[in-house]
Formats: sequence, structure tokens, C-alpha cells
Amino acid sequence: MERPLTQDLHTDGTPLALDEYERTGGYQTLRKALLEMSPQDITNVVKQSGLAGRGGAAFPTGSKWSFVPMGPDAPRPKYLVANADEMEPGTFKDRLLLEYNPHQLIEGMILASYAIEASVSFVFLRWEYKVAGERIERAIAEAYQAGYLGKNILGSKFDLELHLHVSGGRYMAGEETGLLNALEGKRANPRSKPPFPQTSGLWGKPTIVNNVETLSNVPHIIDKGAAWFQGLSLTDEPGTKIFGVSGKVNHPGLWELPLGTPMQEIINEYAGGMRQGLTIRGVLPGGASTDFLTPENLNVPMDFKSVQKLGSRLGTGTMIVMDDKTCPVGMVLNLEHFFAQESCGWCTPCWAGTQYIERTLHAIENGEGQIEDLDRLEAHTWKLGPGNTYCAFAPGAVEPLQSALKYYRADFEEHIKQKHCPWR
Amino acid sequence: MLSDEEKKEIRAEQEMFPTNQAASIGAMLVLQKHRGWISDDTLADLADFLQLTVDELDSVATFYDKIFRKPVGDHIIRVCDSVSCWIMGYESLRDQLYQQLQIKFGETTPDHKFTLLPNVCLGDCDHAPVMMIDDRLYRNVTPEELVQILSDY
Ligand SMILES: Cc1cc2nc3c(=O)[nH]c(=O)nc-3n(C[C@H](O)[C@H](O)[C@H](O)COP(=O)(O)O)c2cc1C
Ligand code: SF4
Repeated sequence: MERPLTQDLHTDGTPLALDEYERTGGYQTLRKALLEMSPQDITNVVKQSGLAGRGGAAFPTGSKWSFVPMGPDAPRPKYLVANADEMEPGTFKDRLLLEYNPHQLIEGMILASYAIEASVSFVFLRWEYKVAGERIERAIAEAYQAGYLGKNILGSKFDLELHLHVSGGRYMAGEETGLLNALEGKRANPRSKPPFPQTSGLWGKPTIVNNVETLSNVPHIIDKGAAWFQGLSLTDEPGTKIFGVSGKVNHPGLWELPLGTPMQEIINEYAGGMRQGLTIRGVLPGGASTDFLTPENLNVPMDFKSVQKLGSRLGTGTMIVMDDKTCPVGMVLNLEHFFAQESCGWCTPCWAGTQYIERTLHAIENGEGQIEDLDRLEAHTWKLGPGNTYCAFAPGAVEPLQSALKYYRADFEEHIKQKHCPWR
Repeated sequence: MLSDEEKKEIRAEQEMFPTNQAASIGAMLVLQKHRGWISDDTLADLADFLQLTVDELDSVATFYDKIFRKPVGDHIIRVCDSVSCWIMGYESLRDQLYQQLQIKFGETTPDHKFTLLPNVCLGDCDHAPVMMIDDRLYRNVTPEELVQILSDY
């Protein structure tokens, strides 16, 4: 099985050094691309490959780039940002790419910058990723030294600056336009769209924001082509995906596998199945802001469309497994506490709604709930749903709640009836 | 007054961006590294240096949780309180810390040695429960190990 993103990684915890990365073919694609391909050629190959964003929304990467104004009259400077904020609870996949193969990300960023004619790029890194920060910083310095960054890269007349920015925190700093405000030194409230960042982003200039995993795929796609990339997956959505499993499984971890690998294969074979005495009651397929899937659906192929058909989302592809000895109400309370805390406060349904949800769940979990609370919670799942708030935070926040009310209603009712959490 | 070293590090932040406002978050993190937290005086000095208003800086400082506007202890303990660590029992870790340090989340020990904080998902869910002390990550932490870990500080 081919694992382009991870097959060359060390297993001893050290990152791939520059010369090791070069020996695996690293930066040779860049050389070929800068000297033999036009920016449009790069965008076209990425478009043909069908690469979809790995930050959670699966937006087609090539089309996103194609909205950037090009040519001599385009506004300048243009910017490229690698979104390394990774703050979605239960998500830890970008950490792997950042810590173990920083040059792969940098090469992807240079190629993407060339494709959109960006001259300045940033890695937007969450504060907590200290090891990643050190390694990215060193890799950037090495790339400058080797002539892969800076002026007239490899004699191509293409110039690119790359900087590391360490974030001040908050989940909303990872939302595309919240991130732009954070980089500009403002509060990470989102911006209204349109204008889209592709035409008016950082300081009003065209800007592309892509996830770390998305960008890390780019060198391989440019090197081996669109058809190769499509051949990597088991379904019609191309490429591999870094999947993760956390919770009470025997071997929690991360694995790069073909898109479309069945969920049960990942949980049972790669993560070693449930710990002794436990069974699965539910899975959040891709982070905190995705709907629960129930045990009957474990055969779902892990790709964007298949998971969506079941009423959830692939999200970040990092699964959180809920076992039969974990209280669903307590788990949803934990998730909604996160959302209530991280709401940026910009629009009322979200800041007031997430706090109401947390308070109500807290009451139910502590035996002070009323049966009518369940209807009130349900009403909030659509009040905070798509179209009613300023950004995608709130619809994401109610996804685990709405599915929990559907699948684990009896557990909520038991809390209310018994006036305490039956699991404690 | 900003020290020469602080100014040098803040200038490196300024060089990355076309505006001083953009450098403000990095600048506050620089000052915090040297001073522990951002006092009103520090904010005023930085506003002067970056030619921004104190209010502009404070609106940012109060948004981001990694910037402290109150004094903190010498070491910051951050315990992941998000979902995977919750499933794996972060609460017993928290309770053990409460007991050992005799403080709760958001508080500092009387000797100013430790400040204890909850932190959103640390992005290391396959090693849950996890916590950070200053810049160092501790994985698969058991309550029993805490005595040893804390005695290293
Ligand atoms: C509240 C919120 C937080 C987000 N956090 C991240 C993040 O930490 N990393 C990320 O890559 N995308 C995050 N996203 C998605 C981004 O808005 C954006 O879609 C993504 O970075 C685009 O990259 P892609 O097209 O390569 O997936 C977040 C979205 C929302 C609504
Ligand atoms: S939906 Fe929530 S996070 Fe998004 S703008 Fe409104 S308050 Fe902020």
C-alpha cells in the first residue's frame, strides 16, 4: 500500500532531515515545477487530481486556487497560509506531519505559492505545538540556506518569503477568516464572505488558506500526477487520508490509509479493537463537530460522501470512540463546554445558545434536568444550525448534540428520571 | 521600558508583517516570555513602541487565552480537558493536582510556583490523558506519576 505522506517517516521520533527528505525525492519536484511548469500548469494538475481540502470541509483545492486573480494586473503581494492551528478536539493528525516531515509541508507551500504567484507565506501554528514549532523553524532556515526559499528560487525568478507565526490561542483562530484576522493582529472573529479570501484576504490582498495535510499532498501530486493520486483511494474520492482513533481502544494512533477504508477496519485492525470488556456505542468520525455514528454503521467507507450519507461528516478523519461504559450525556456536556468556551461571541445565537446548551446539559448530568429540557435542546440544534449564525462554528457545535439526542435519548431520559447520572 | 533584548525580538516580529498591529500578538508573547504576564505598564510600554493604542492591544490580549493579563506562577500546568482526555479520565488527574497543589483551575499556589489551568485539546489524543508544564508535554499521565513529575520543578 502506498503512503506518500508518511512512508518515509522515521519511527524513532526524529524528523526527516533535509538531506534525507531530498534522498526520498524531496524538492526535486519543486525544481522540475519551477523550471518546466507554469503556475497554471500546477493548478491544473491539482484540479485534475481531485484533491479536496483536508481541514474538514473538503473544498476542492485546485478550484480554490483558480479563484485567485493572476497575471501582471493582479493585486500584490498575494499570500499563502498553511493552517496548522489543529484545535478541533480529538484531532491530532497535522501534528504528525508537522513534527516528522516539515520539509514536505514547506515544499507543498512553495508549490502552492508558485501556483497562485504568492510572494509571502505563513505557517499559522497553534501555541501548544512546541516541538512542531522548533522543527518547522529549523526546516525553514534550512530551506532558505539551500535556496528553496528567498529570492530567485533555483534560478526561476520566483521569490518567496516563508514565516512561522505562533498563535495566541482560541479555536476560532483556525477558522479561515478568523485566522486572517488573527494574523493581522486582531481578535479572531470571522469575516463576512464575499469577498472571499481568494480575492481579498490578508490586508485586502488575495490569500489562500490550506490545511497542513492538504499542502503536504501537493508535492506528490505534482511529481506523480493526477491519475496516480486517484489510484490511491478505494472510492471515487482520490488520495489517502491520515486517519486517527482515540478513546478506549487497544492501540490509539494515526495511520495513512486510502480514502474509503472502512471505519471498522481502522478501529478493529489498526487501532486493535476495543479494550477488554468494552463495546462501541458510538463514534464521532472526524472530531468534536461531527455527528455520532452508531455501531450498525461501522462498515461505512471513510470518505466524505459516504459519511455524509449517514448524516455525519468525515471532518478531520480522526475518530473519537465512545464505549458502552462512557456516559453519552457526560461526553456531550464535555463537547458543548468546549464550544461554549470557544464561541467568539460575535453573533447571539451562537454565544448565548452554546452557553444555554452547556448549562442545560450540566443540569441534566447532575440530576437537575426536566423532561422538557430535551425539546429545548433540540430546538437549539436548529437555532444554531446552518444559515442562522455568522460562521460554521455554531452548526458544528450542535452536530454531536443533535445526533446524541437522536441515538441516546433513553440515556438523557434516565438521567432526568433517576435524578443523577446512572454511570456514576 | 522595554529591554534591548525584548526590542530585538519584537523587531523580528515586526519584520514578518506589513503592519505593527500584526506584530502585536507575537510581541505580547515575547514580553510574556521575559516577564511572565502582561501588566498594564507592560501594555503601555508596548503600545508606545508599536505606536498602537493601549485599547487596541488590550482588545487582542483579552481575546487570546495564551496571553495573561494577570500574574501567574513560575510554571504553568495545562491539563487537557477535551473529549478524548475526558474519556480517558483526565478528571482523576485534575483531582490529584487539586489535592497535591491545594489549588483549583485558574489559581496559583501561594508560593507562586505553579498556576493550574485547563486547556482545550492538546492534539495528542492517542496519548490521553495529556498535560503540559510550561513547554513540555507529558503523555499518558497517571495520577500516581504526578508526584514525581511535579518534584522535577
Ligand atoms: C471553528 C473552525 C475551526 C477551524 N479550525 C481549523 C484548523 O485548526 N485547521 C484547519 O486546517 N482548518 C480549520 N478549519 C477549516 C478552515 O476554515 C478552512 O476551511 C481550512 O483551513 C481550509 O483548508 P483546506 O481547504 O485545505 O481544507 C476550521 C473551521 C472552523 C469553522
Ligand atoms: S457562529 Fe459563533 S464563532 Fe461564529 S461568528 Fe458567531 S459567535 Fe463567533
